[in-house]
Amino acid sequence: MSRYNRHIILSDVGPEGQNKISNAKVLVIGAGGLGCPILQYLTAAGIGTLGVIDFDIVEESNLQRQVLFGTSSLGTNKALAAKERLEDLNPTIQINTYQEALTPQNALELLKNYDIIVDGTDNFETRYLINDAAIITNKPVVYGAIYKFEGQVSVFNYNNGPSYRCLFPITPKKGSVANCSEVGVLGVLPGIIGTMQANEVLKIILGFDGVLSEKLFCYNSKTSETYTLKVKKLDSEIEKVLSEKEHFKTQLFNFNCVSKNVSLKDLHEFKNIQFIDVRELHEEPKIKLDNCIQIPLNQLNNNLDKISTTKTIIFFCQAGIRSRTAVEILEKQNIANCFSLEEGAAAIIEQLKIKA
Amino acid sequence: MQLQIKYFGLIAEITNCEKETIEFSKTLVSELLEELFVKYPSLKQKDFKVAQNHEIVSNSSEITNPEIALLPPFSGG
Repeated sequence: MSRYNRHIILSDVGPEGQNKISNAKVLVIGAGGLGCPILQYLTAAGIGTLGVIDFDIVEESNLQRQVLFGTSSLGTNKALAAKERLEDLNPTIQINTYQEALTPQNALELLKNYDIIVDGTDNFETRYLINDAAIITNKPVVYGAIYKFEGQVSVFNYNNGPSYRCLFPITPKKGSVANCSEVGVLGVLPGIIGTMQANEVLKIILGFDGVLSEKLFCYNSKTSETYTLKVKKLDSEIEKVLSEKEHFKTQLFNFNCVSKNVSLKDLHEFKNIQFIDVRELHEEPKIKLDNCIQIPLNQLNNNLDKISTTKTIIFFCQAGIRSRTAVEILEKQNIANCFSLEEGAAAIIEQLKIKA
Repeated sequence: MQLQIKYFGLIAEITNCEKETIEFSKTLVSELLEELFVKYPSLKQKDFKVAQNHEIVSNSSEITNPEIALLPPFSGG
């Protein structure tokens, strides 16, 4: 087939290698900055079955880096929009789209149908979910992640190698690391990192020796510096995931999840409320309520004893952001009966005035 | 010992440099971190791994090699 001639004439690939590529089934999770170049090169390379999962739609601010999409894709689901472009690029392969988020409920079934999983997501919750599902289903994960001008690439769970949890065992504190939509990213960077991920996929399929397993490759696009970290397998981390296998589908998963936010107008549904103001002590307006205490967010962990165990906790702050972090802190302490108020202190005053 | 410390991602934003050389007279990784926390207080709240000579080390490890790196996880995509 002339389409793959430049692969086939490589002695390390040949018709046999191209055959392997044609028989491979690869699932790409996320069709964003990383997903676009991954999908583009894997499609061009002739991966036999390519799965694309993304719940999100194409927005104008995506076009600066998500090169599969054009202005005509705006408002379309990313998996669908990607498929449209990819089918033109290579109509000979099978492209399966999933217009949904990856969740503990669908992850295992989905991963089972593919040989290699590619992580092109943009949040820790899904990255850990992919990691754990891949351990349970025994699939290699080609990992890539970016921050502003820097990127990381690795292959996890490959030939009994280390997993993402062997590198970073614990899910980072939510909000401690921002994503591209919050901090910005130079558009070419996901192109570089995503293309490296596509390269690792092909290396795995072709059985090359130099697969980026047991290593985390770091690249800085501003300084052109690279750094490779050795990653050791931690059996205890992998066993932990396997031992929780039976509960995988029912695990607490925070991504697009059950709302822990409440609005002022819904407060009447709760009885016996303890308000906790997580703003700094100097912040205005002050709230004076009998059932309200103030614990600045950064002191919350040291003041858990002040939090009622019998009442419903409603956190609030100035804009409903710190209060969400407060909910997460309490959830980590297994205190579940807590919510974050969507409105800030000013709105509470407003509400009190009306009532008064 | 003179240590060459590399900082990545938002760690480099806190330290305001991607690498620096510091003079270190103690022995443990935890002691190095204590010194860095004094110099850069907001490092304390961040998640990162410490690597020595390109291998992850624990806080109780001894520093035997001058090449140190502080690597945070990235989530962006």
